Amino acid sequence: MEAIAPPPAPVIVCGALCKSFPDGRGGVTNALAGVSLEVRRGFMVALVGPDGAGKTTLIRLIMGLLSPDSGAIQVLRRDIVRSPKTGESHISYMPQKFGLYEDLTVQENLDLYADLHSVPAADRAQRYAALFAMTNLGRFTKRLARRLSGGMKQKLGLACALVQSPRLLVLDEPTVGVDPVSRQELWAILLHLVKTESRTVLVSTPYLEEAELCNHAVVMYQGKILAEGSPREVADHARKRTFRLTLPAETKPRQAVASLLTFPAVADAVPEGSQVRLVLKAKVAEIPQFPLASAAQEVQPHLADGFMVLLRQAATTGAPPAPLKTTPTVSAKITAAESEYPVVEVRDLVRRFGEFVAVDHVNFQIRKGEIFGLLGPNGAGKSTTFRMLCGLLPLSSGMLRVAGYDLRHARAWARQEVGYVAQKFSLYAHLSVWENLVFFASAYGLRGNRRKQRLTWAMEEFDLGAVRFHATGHIPDGYKRRLAMACALLHEPTILFLDEPTSGVDPLARREFWRRITTLANQGVTVVVTTHFMEEAEYCDRLVIMMNGRMLAGGTPAEIRQRGKAPGISEPTMQEAFIRVVMDEERALHKAGGA
Amino acid sequence: MTEKDKFEKVRRIIAMSRKETRQMLRDPSSIALGMVLPLLLILLFGYGLSLDAKHVPIAVVMEDHSPAAQSVWGAFAGSRYFRPRAVNSMFRADKLLSAGRVDGIVRLRHEFSRDLHAGHAKIQFTANSIDANRARLVENYARGVVAAWLAQRQLTHGWHDDQPVAIQQQIWFNRGLVSRYFLVPGLLVLIMTLIGALMTALVVAREWERGTFEALFATPVEPTEIIISKIIPYFCLGMIGLAIAVTASRLLFHVPIRGSLGVLFLVSALYLLVALGMGLLISTRTKNQFIASQAALLLTFLPAMMLSGFIFDIRSMPPAIAAITYVLPARYFVALLQTLFLAGDIWSVILPNTAILMLMAVLLLGMTRRLLVKRLQ
Amino acid sequence: MNVFFRILALIRKELGAIFKDPRSRFVVLGPPILQMIVFGYAGTFDLNHIPYVLIDQSRSSESVRFISRLDGSGIFTLVATAGNIQQARPLLDSRRALMILQIPRRFQRDILTGRTAQIQVIADGRNSNTAALAIGYLHEIIDQFNSILEQTRRRGAPPAFLSIRSWFNPDLLSRWQMVPGMIGLITMLAVMILTAMSVAREREQGTFDQLLVTPFTPLEIMAGKTIPPILVGLGQSAVIFLIVRYWFDVPYYGAASTIILCFLVFVIAAAGLGLLVSSISSTMQQALLGTFVLVMPCALLSGLATPISNMPRIVRDITRINPLRYDVQAVREAFLQGATIHQLMPELIPMAMIAAASLLLASWLFRRIQ
Repeated sequence: MEAIAPPPAPVIVCGALCKSFPDGRGGVTNALAGVSLEVRRGFMVALVGPDGAGKTTLIRLIMGLLSPDSGAIQVLRRDIVRSPKTGESHISYMPQKFGLYEDLTVQENLDLYADLHSVPAADRAQRYAALFAMTNLGRFTKRLARRLSGGMKQKLGLACALVQSPRLLVLDEPTVGVDPVSRQELWAILLHLVKTESRTVLVSTPYLEEAELCNHAVVMYQGKILAEGSPREVADHARKRTFRLTLPAETKPRQAVASLLTFPAVADAVPEGSQVRLVLKAKVAEIPQFPLASAAQEVQPHLADGFMVLLRQAATTGAPPAPLKTTPTVSAKITAAESEYPVVEVRDLVRRFGEFVAVDHVNFQIRKGEIFGLLGPNGAGKSTTFRMLCGLLPLSSGMLRVAGYDLRHARAWARQEVGYVAQKFSLYAHLSVWENLVFFASAYGLRGNRRKQRLTWAMEEFDLGAVRFHATGHIPDGYKRRLAMACALLHEPTILFLDEPTSGVDPLARREFWRRITTLANQGVTVVVTTHFMEEAEYCDRLVIMMNGRMLAGGTPAEIRQRGKAPGISEPTMQEAFIRVVMDEERALHKAGGA
Repeated sequence: MTEKDKFEKVRRIIAMSRKETRQMLRDPSSIALGMVLPLLLILLFGYGLSLDAKHVPIAVVMEDHSPAAQSVWGAFAGSRYFRPRAVNSMFRADKLLSAGRVDGIVRLRHEFSRDLHAGHAKIQFTANSIDANRARLVENYARGVVAAWLAQRQLTHGWHDDQPVAIQQQIWFNRGLVSRYFLVPGLLVLIMTLIGALMTALVVAREWERGTFEALFATPVEPTEIIISKIIPYFCLGMIGLAIAVTASRLLFHVPIRGSLGVLFLVSALYLLVALGMGLLISTRTKNQFIASQAALLLTFLPAMMLSGFIFDIRSMPPAIAAITYVLPARYFVALLQTLFLAGDIWSVILPNTAILMLMAVLLLGMTRRLLVKRLQ
Repeated sequence: MNVFFRILALIRKELGAIFKDPRSRFVVLGPPILQMIVFGYAGTFDLNHIPYVLIDQSRSSESVRFISRLDGSGIFTLVATAGNIQQARPLLDSRRALMILQIPRRFQRDILTGRTAQIQVIADGRNSNTAALAIGYLHEIIDQFNSILEQTRRRGAPPAFLSIRSWFNPDLLSRWQMVPGMIGLITMLAVMILTAMSVAREREQGTFDQLLVTPFTPLEIMAGKTIPPILVGLGQSAVIFLIVRYWFDVPYYGAASTIILCFLVFVIAAAGLGLLVSSISSTMQQALLGTFVLVMPCALLSGLATPISNMPRIVRDITRINPLRYDVQAVREAFLQGATIHQLMPELIPMAMIAAASLLLASWLFRRIQ
């Protein structure tokens, strides 16, 4: 065998891969349009890109689970296309849904994969011990996988993939829908693996700060690779374009963001505490004068900034994002007196499921026109709280008022005040977009002129004309999200509940979403939102962090950030603050348990 | 293939079937389908359902009270098939019949005894034939009762008036014509179809739906191993069901088993494989639990119930429908079951039917194997 | 008024979902009609084909006369002749023949001398019902044969004879009994699956929560969930009724209003049961299997295939909570007996009670579970 060029030999080589799928309406969508990629041994490669960029398709092709329309793939020097024997024993794979058997216990799942990968019985004890130490699952070996929280499931999925010692580890969005603490733990495991065992890892993720931890990032968009290189190189696409703006005291960052994003030169703007991070589309030689800002400072770009620049450049050729019209939803501006009036009031809220206390004496108030965030790790009780607020779940004890009512017992018209967008954008998949809108209009008793007016408003505001007669199940996710919002806003609610509205959503769509929410809040709509994205907490006026059913922290984003202060961290990010709050709590619990 | 490969193969199959068994035992809908329903069926068919009419309620309108008429009443009352009640008017009896309170009316007109002496007395029997099958049986019973009464009367009166032709009947395999004897063995076909086809129709589709195949396909496990490990637990459950059903039919319901148990278990195992083949094929093809269960109901269970000859004799069906039954494996299994339970090891029945079932098993499982590729989509 | 419009919107949406979701469309359209036709033909106890083996040891003019009478019936078909029982036996064993008929050597002599001539019959009892029917047919033919013989012999007939009349179904066609009863079974399956699925579909897609936060009251939601399957069930009943009436030619003597009321009450009861199933199932597949597990015993205990009066007392009592039992009875009576609404009260009242009870229970379960 001839000598192969210096140490890192290629583990995966893809050449000009193309793959298309029928789109359910007679046409085809091109998931991959000519992708070439090389992954070298010992590298940790991140695939990033918006939804539908082709990340999952690429991974499945590499795993031999799909066959390409054209192109070549070599994995560990074997031609996957020509000899499609899948299940190479040196490769481990963790699909999006983790591949766990929910009816089996943690131990049984591990045993199954150990048997399938022919892990010798003698090695198992040691291997299991290492995996349990890594994942902290040792205490739960007898628990059914279905009873694990999202973060634990994800770790078990990883443990199953690592039950053998793979030469290549492939992970498809392993951290979607998982809280920041679990995410951090998972990445710690992965980094450890690469460093100590020099494994090759290919991982796709929608979280750009995660990609920053890898030594190679591949940015995908619409089935093509936009850019690749080290995270630094990708971030450099935003060099000399990224600034931090200081705002005058009376300007809310999210409002500044909303108006900054309307400028054509702006690629991205996100709130950062009381400041705004701004990325321009083009390089500038010196710091320009920014509107709304009292001061500006150039900063090192992050991977996310480079990513946004790349995407904005590519998106100009693709479909433009939905235009945001400014038709008011609720016309009245809020007066100072009104903003003091609590729209949502929660006192000593408790919810028990049998012995288990899911929500334990929670208190908060939300004022009119506020954006209020509920944050917390998986299983913290935020969904339970949320469902009680919406009247979907009875409370065990305590007091709860939404617009003056407990919605569970409120008469129907009280619910007119409330709009609700569920986690999965739940709409009637077999009805067309228009039929969905008409149904919800009737559900809220809209009739006559008002009905006509509101339906027209929804079609225009959310730009749904193109898909009006399409079955909702077959339209792209972006449209589904807009339609869900449209349905929730048809009856001009004064309170909007949003349950993880941005989970699994790419950065572009998230920006659009928050722009809309900001506009709504300006118009006096009260918004209650749960999210896993810590940077999104920055958009909130106030937020609470929950864990184990209890409130750990509450306040404005700036106040919460202060909780993250530690030696060496002078300007903690929201994520750091969150992890710190949660870790402190865990340590305290541990101590209490130990004492 | 080396020794080591073989060993690993076997270990994978064991691991996979263990997983399958656990899933089966932990899923309430499979418990309902595979255990509760079969037991319910056994009890219902053993104790509840029967085509044999006994103690049929009839109204007897006695317009004549002569000793001769009394003796007719006595004949009906003495028969185990009838439970007569005296009614004083035909009007009243008609009402009872229409309301379904009695299944027949025996009417003895007031001129009955006079006509009897004259030799042309009429015993009028009116049956409610809304349930035609029952009516036919009831009419046959009534014929029997009257014939017996006549014979008795001739004996006592010393008449010599034989019928020109009479039947000497002999019924083989089921002397007492007990319907339970053919319903209970036939039940096995339902249980085996339920466990073999309806339950397994879900198991491949479930893996597609829950996305576990994606992870499984990335391991070295081979499609054949997946199929084998899905067959093993359901095969065992089916055989347990068979054992319970056979024991219950022998001990509780006293159905004779004239054939050899060995052959019975062998052909049942064969049918179970066919059913498993159908279930797995449906499941592999549809990739969706809902559609799979729907298809399994329509294509396997309902035909096994209606078209197999289990309740409704295939000989009674019109030719076009009877032709359909030839593609149904259940048909061959029912023929085998009725023969093995009631008639014995009749090789002229066993061999051809077994051969067809074997062919079907090979065909169905082979097609499943070809369809199950380790590829998504 | 507003309530009316809102329920109307729910019904429209629900009907849209039923006909646009290929999974539920399947439940409503093709298969039920196909089932009705195939199972309508299959579900019969009438024997019209009795293959037999003949052992004619008499070989006389009388035996030939008897055999031609037998073959002329159109029901008995000769498959083989044999010299003795040993030869005939394999044919019976292998199910190629249903009975063996042995005409003894003395057959003609006995008839001529006025003694009773015995014909020996061996029937295959593996299906006892078929065997009993076959022997019944043979008796009828021999009775006819006897009466002709007696006329020619000018001998006195027996002093008494049985005259049989069959009300409502004079030709004793079991199809007339089975096919009308099947209307109920097929609609019950469809209505229950549709009702159970409509809630499960919303749970699966996550739209149920969305529905609960709208101003709909639980009662309105329940109405919106039950009315569309009821409408679909009525439509399906009507189509199947027409198939029974005109395809299978079963006479209908009742008034149109009778059968409509009958269908309506039954379909409401079925929807109530469907709602019960749906309140405990979270996926469409569970709803389907739950329905199946419930419908199966209902069908067996309905008197459709095996008469209720043949069941032991305790089982008969259990059938009283089975709506299908009342429906099968009522529809048969409406068809063949021309029963009026008044006459069907003993069936309609329990069905209505079951409908009310299941709807109440389901609404209670709904409030508890959600």
